[in-house]
Amino acid sequence: MLAYLLRRVGYALPIMLGVSFLCFMLVHIAPGDPLVAILPADASADLQQQMMKLYGFDRSLPEQFAHWLWRALHGDLGTSIATSRPVAQEVFKAVGNTFMLAAMATLIGFFFGALFGFVAGYFRNSWADRAASFISVIGVSVPHYWLGMVLVIVFSSQLMWLPATGAGPDGSGAWKWDLEHIKYMVLPAITMSFIPMGIVARTVRALVADILSQEFVIGLRARGLGELGVFKHVVKNCAPTALAVMGLQLGYLLGGSILIETVFAWPGTGFLLNQAIFQRDLPLLQGTILVLALFFVALNLVVDVLQTVFDPRIERA
Amino acid sequence: MSLNPLTPTRAARPFRLACIAALSLACCTGAFAQEKVLRIAMTAGDIPRTSGQPDQGYEGNRFTGIPMYDSLTQWDLSSATKPSVVIPDLAVSWAVDAKDQTKWIFKLRPGVKFHDGTPFNADAVVWNVGKVLDKEAPQFDPAQIGVTASRMPTLRTARKVDDLTVELTTSEPDSFLPINLTNLFMASPAHWAKKLAAVPASVTDKAERSKQAWTAFAADSSGTGPFKQSKFVSRERLEMVKNADYWDAKRRPKIDRVVLLPLPEASARTAALMSGQVDWIEAPAPDSLDAIKARGFKLYSNLQPHLWPWQFSVLPDSPFKDKKVRQAANLCVNRTAMKELLGGLMAEATGIAEPGDPWRGNPTFQIKYDVPAGQKLMQEAGYSAAKPVKVKVQTSASGSGQMQPLPMNEFIQQSLKDCYFDVQFDVVEWNTLFSSWRLGAKDPGAHGANATNVSAATMDPFFAMVRFVSTKAQPPVSNNWGYYSDPTMDALVEKARTTFDDKQRDTALANLHAHIVDEAPFLFVAHDVGPRAMSPKVKGVVQPKSWFIDLATMDMN
Repeated sequence: MLAYLLRRVGYALPIMLGVSFLCFMLVHIAPGDPLVAILPADASADLQQQMMKLYGFDRSLPEQFAHWLWRALHGDLGTSIATSRPVAQEVFKAVGNTFMLAAMATLIGFFFGALFGFVAGYFRNSWADRAASFISVIGVSVPHYWLGMVLVIVFSSQLMWLPATGAGPDGSGAWKWDLEHIKYMVLPAITMSFIPMGIVARTVRALVADILSQEFVIGLRARGLGELGVFKHVVKNCAPTALAVMGLQLGYLLGGSILIETVFAWPGTGFLLNQAIFQRDLPLLQGTILVLALFFVALNLVVDVLQTVFDPRIERA
Repeated sequence: MSLNPLTPTRAARPFRLACIAALSLACCTGAFAQEKVLRIAMTAGDIPRTSGQPDQGYEGNRFTGIPMYDSLTQWDLSSATKPSVVIPDLAVSWAVDAKDQTKWIFKLRPGVKFHDGTPFNADAVVWNVGKVLDKEAPQFDPAQIGVTASRMPTLRTARKVDDLTVELTTSEPDSFLPINLTNLFMASPAHWAKKLAAVPASVTDKAERSKQAWTAFAADSSGTGPFKQSKFVSRERLEMVKNADYWDAKRRPKIDRVVLLPLPEASARTAALMSGQVDWIEAPAPDSLDAIKARGFKLYSNLQPHLWPWQFSVLPDSPFKDKKVRQAANLCVNRTAMKELLGGLMAEATGIAEPGDPWRGNPTFQIKYDVPAGQKLMQEAGYSAAKPVKVKVQTSASGSGQMQPLPMNEFIQQSLKDCYFDVQFDVVEWNTLFSSWRLGAKDPGAHGANATNVSAATMDPFFAMVRFVSTKAQPPVSNNWGYYSDPTMDALVEKARTTFDDKQRDTALANLHAHIVDEAPFLFVAHDVGPRAMSPKVKGVVQPKSWFIDLATMDMN
């Protein structure tokens, strides 16, 4: 197991380096001037040069990449062009906010996705299957930006039950798990949960249907095992694949949805990316993408390891 | 005498009454003392800088500059009908040196204190000029240059004459300086020095120490303005409380606390207003205006110093090098219909400054909707329905201050067909368009466009006129994108810049503006009107003809 773990970490390192290089290059080949957000429209050429030098944009790209990577390895992701605040501080605060939202969305999405998937898989071709499948199709196909706005119009503007925007009543920046704070999370989390819910539901339905048609299930029933016992076997056989799918979804959710976080003004990574793109804040954009990419790689690693724990045959393969 | 201990004696009754009265008074006082909190949703995606020189364009000046800081001069924001003009603020008077017109003497207001209790004086002015212009000064902050230096392009140095007198020097005679100085907000040197002293000694690099001190200052700032910073959560909220000791009794705030929330998405802002989360939103979603009004919210808007134009290229291969073509385009756009298209949220442009503005002047060419006159000019220029002129316009799908560029441009495209224009668009991303604006029409990034569509703030004479029409402002110096050059125009610019009497300077600017309208280097289309929606609880709202608004004079129920 340890050797497997080390091998997987070994695979992850070059991926992380590649990801770092890609996210560095991607923002550099995008059109436009990186200092456009902070320089006035009629900034003199001298002032532009001065600012380019200040932020190191006057160096060659390999030099900039080496310098950026070296600092990143030391935990310094640079300074935001737009705010002059340390990028690491901005990114980790946003990651924390997105993590809470993603965790809530994952719980909702996984619970309902698994529920709909099992119902549909167990009762294939029944009305319950059709209803659960319909909901899961809606989950993956409805535009989430639109869904968020609909929820806001109904529950915030009309019924005034839940707040429309923000991440807490006092903006203290310190999250508390109390009703006042959770109210702010409900609408964005529900909106966000539709994505994993639909995907998990479809995956679980297919898995359950497949497992139920296998001979060992017939054998279990023939030996007199009750439906609860059969269900447990189905769950155990579904778990590795469902976990892998959910792990990927969590990775996507951790990246934050730019649209959902913008609609709800949730100060997470999606909101931060949106701001970094619009302000063309290169250090912030690079730092955010890097941290998210590394999270994604790390999460994949964790999911792979967990899969192996659930099903040791994977390691042998 | 009552024996019941619960029945008050005659002697005890006055005491009981006094207690009841005291309790009632306490309750009433409690009610009256309820904190008045104004919550504002901005269009900005982040809190504008609080270190004294705000970013986020003029929204930054509006919400973190003017409320928390003062400048030597300020805009008069007290009238919704008169043009907003420059008035004294921390300077009570100023005059240019008659012998050397690059030197100005500013007399400072006595008795003004920063929020930290230290006095505002000439040393503070010298220090604040140094923070953006003196690279050798310990407080020099490159991050604040970008949003400051080009708004006062000729200011060079400041020198203390005495405690309440300061001499400012410009690189060339420039009568616009007092107007430009509305952009230089005075931060407390003593408060910054405290922040610098708190930077760990392990940080030895001078620039890094300064940067860290400014970061700490931004989290706990100190100016002289009517509001004081009380709480800052990056990208989430800024809270300001009233400065009860503000020097100007007329602008001493009645609102106890102002909360600023960055909400860049229009529908999110609208929902926040409708759900009671905020009391004021900037730029509501246009399709929600009826719903907002139906729920009892108040809508405010007024003409802003802003221009939404096509800026023409007059390079040899551009059809707009011919003045008749430029004027014809200006006659063929039905701005009234466009205003209807935008739900009334624009003002029809007939120049950069509109009638009533001291810089308007008397142009001979009248910008209006007159298709036959436009067609006639086009025929004189050699075009007709059978021989239309092809023009390419560079624009973006969105962008800061760009209003609604795609529907507006498509409307213009249709309008101009009547005057024999065949308009094509080169739609690029906003940052690309903005960068290309600096580089000029000759740059490959312009993709051979004959006009560019970048909206602009027109607060001061340099931003409003000079940077677009002066030969000296051709790229890469400034925003004369289309390489317009005209000796008469240059002479008018020079005259305005070197006329130091306010009224005569305004006259010179009016002459410059009249010539600009006559020459039509732009397709003048629209001005923004700064729409905002507010709860009826917000009282005393005056929306001036400005980008700014005065929170200090407002009140709440």
